[in-house]
Amino acid sequence: MSTAPSHAGKRSSTLQGGRLPKWAPYAIAAGSLALGIGISAAAGLSSSIQWALIAAILYILGTYVVAAKVENRRQAKDRVVTSLVWVAFLLAVVPLASLVWSTVQRGTKVLDGYFLSHSMGVVADSETGGGIYHAILGTLEQVGLATLIAAPIGVLTAIYLVEYGRGSLARAVTFFVDVMTGIPSIVAGLFILSIMLMFEMEPFGFAGSLALAILMMPVVVRSTEEMLKLVPNELREASLALGVPKWRTILKVVLPTSLGGITTGIMLSIARIAGETAPVLLLVFGSKFINSNPFEGAQASLPLYIYQQYGSGEAAAYDRAWAASLTLIAFIMILNLVARGLARWKAPKTGR
Amino acid sequence: MAKRIDVSGLNAYYGSFLAIEDISMTVEPRSVTAFIGPSGCGKSTFLRTLNRMHEVTPGGRVEGKVMLDDENLYGTGIDPVAVRREVGMVFQRPNPFPTMSVYDNVAAGLRLNGSYKKSQLDDVVEKSLKGANLWNEVKDRLNKPGSGLSGGQQQRLCIARAIAVEPKVLLMDEPCSALDPISTLAIEDLIGELKERFTIVIVTHNMQQAARVSDRTAFFNLAAVGQPGKLIEIDDTERIFSNPSVQATEDYISGRFG
Ligand SMILES: Nc1ncnc2c1ncn2[C@@H]1O[C@H](COP(=O)(O)OP(=O)(O)O)[C@@H](O)[C@H]1O
Ligand SMILES: [Mg+2]
Repeated sequence: MSTAPSHAGKRSSTLQGGRLPKWAPYAIAAGSLALGIGISAAAGLSSSIQWALIAAILYILGTYVVAAKVENRRQAKDRVVTSLVWVAFLLAVVPLASLVWSTVQRGTKVLDGYFLSHSMGVVADSETGGGIYHAILGTLEQVGLATLIAAPIGVLTAIYLVEYGRGSLARAVTFFVDVMTGIPSIVAGLFILSIMLMFEMEPFGFAGSLALAILMMPVVVRSTEEMLKLVPNELREASLALGVPKWRTILKVVLPTSLGGITTGIMLSIARIAGETAPVLLLVFGSKFINSNPFEGAQASLPLYIYQQYGSGEAAAYDRAWAASLTLIAFIMILNLVARGLARWKAPKTGR
Repeated sequence: MAKRIDVSGLNAYYGSFLAIEDISMTVEPRSVTAFIGPSGCGKSTFLRTLNRMHEVTPGGRVEGKVMLDDENLYGTGIDPVAVRREVGMVFQRPNPFPTMSVYDNVAAGLRLNGSYKKSQLDDVVEKSLKGANLWNEVKDRLNKPGSGLSGGQQQRLCIARAIAVEPKVLLMDEPCSALDPISTLAIEDLIGELKERFTIVIVTHNMQQAARVSDRTAFFNLAAVGQPGKLIEIDDTERIFSNPSVQATEDYISGRFG
């Protein structure tokens, strides 16, 4: 629809075009939602997934048709792609939100101070009462020890790879880190278990820490590597040109610059291993009692507690499993938030 | 204080690629020497051989001799870290340490080398910032991040950082190419002052700048891409710009080049 210059109508400017009002997308969304529900009701479809899908398709089609009519083809495509992104976003968020929602709903039933500060010592699975103090303690100790092992080794490996690594040794280390990233957690557990069996040892917390450290190390190496690579080479050169030795340059310039990112990576890898069940099941075994010594005797841990409580099939145990899940999610969420806070706080400031 | 540089028969490689070939020249103490020449002819590479920064690049390798007064920088038993304390460097893009304040940036050289007395530090920082003509602009914000300054101020901060460790020689690789004309003038003035105390070598793409600030000018060129860069001639700046002895120099300066 080209407008001749002589045709001095409303559309005299070639830069102006039709524009949908701001509320249009919402109106289309509401319309397609209503239509989607209507169609499902008429066709007797009961599943909420079905009407949501119908509504989503209607929304995208409606957007295209309306935008193509009022605006133009390019705008219409733009709007369709925008809506596709939104639909994808919702598809990703809905399960997450519903998971958090149902965990909170079911988890808060028995979650209180008593639950957090008592063990399952004398409580049978079928009884109410009891708590997860022993499991929290076990998780904190096992994960803490695993971090103490994996974080320094991982960070130092990454420093080697980025700052010093050349040639075949570096390639070999990279290869093994890649392989380790893919190790299933049960295999890491079996590996430690085979060593334990050789020495005829009973399950204990630190054995679990070792397996968790194996799982955590490659994640720390990878994330730290990425962070170190983000440090501009110019900063290293500026420091070296001042006559600062390489190791001091790494310690005082490179690491501080990337500290926020490295800490975030470690926090996220902690979050990743805090939910591991398989190696803990094999190596730490689980216990109803408070055992604060990770180097001797079976211990509990949160994911293992959830697994065992849920597996027992009793109503009271279900409630406890949900409450423990909520605790675990909260723990991981807090770790994530702390990681983000640290990253923001430690990020190099521009202050302009 | 300032020292003489005497280069003879210097080759520099990146892996097996010969980037600059057979360079010999003398740089007098307390003078400004400008390096000019087309991009890729090896000015930066040569500059970085003068404080052993070239070997920081993977594959970087140097043959030949660089005498700093009477010591060969590439002699046996020479510690590159010690060399870099004597021969400071300012880079093309201002690169203050982003985690450090203005004060800490200037103090970085001394602090990171661990060779300072706490009581001296304030004096050194003030003296260096004054030396870099930056003191008045930052004296009220010494504890603010160095990366919060303007580009020109950041570059002068980097100069202050470099002179705080009292080097004998100061190398500058296109220090003004990322700056506006006002900041460029400020740095050119500064170079005029600094040459009282240091031997200065500056790479520049700006002919007027070379003519304004330098006593001697060296022209580098390369026969073709992939060929090593060579020193064509070095002479008093006045002569290079009025009556150079090599035709290629005149062509380059008058813009009749490539
Ligand atoms: N890090 C590097 N690795 C390999 N070759 C390089 C590197 N840096 C520079 N070179 C090459 O060395 C030559 C000289 O480069 P350079 O010293 O940067 O020139 P100039 O500073 O005069 O523009 C060029 O051919 C360039 O491609
Ligand atoms: Mg250069």
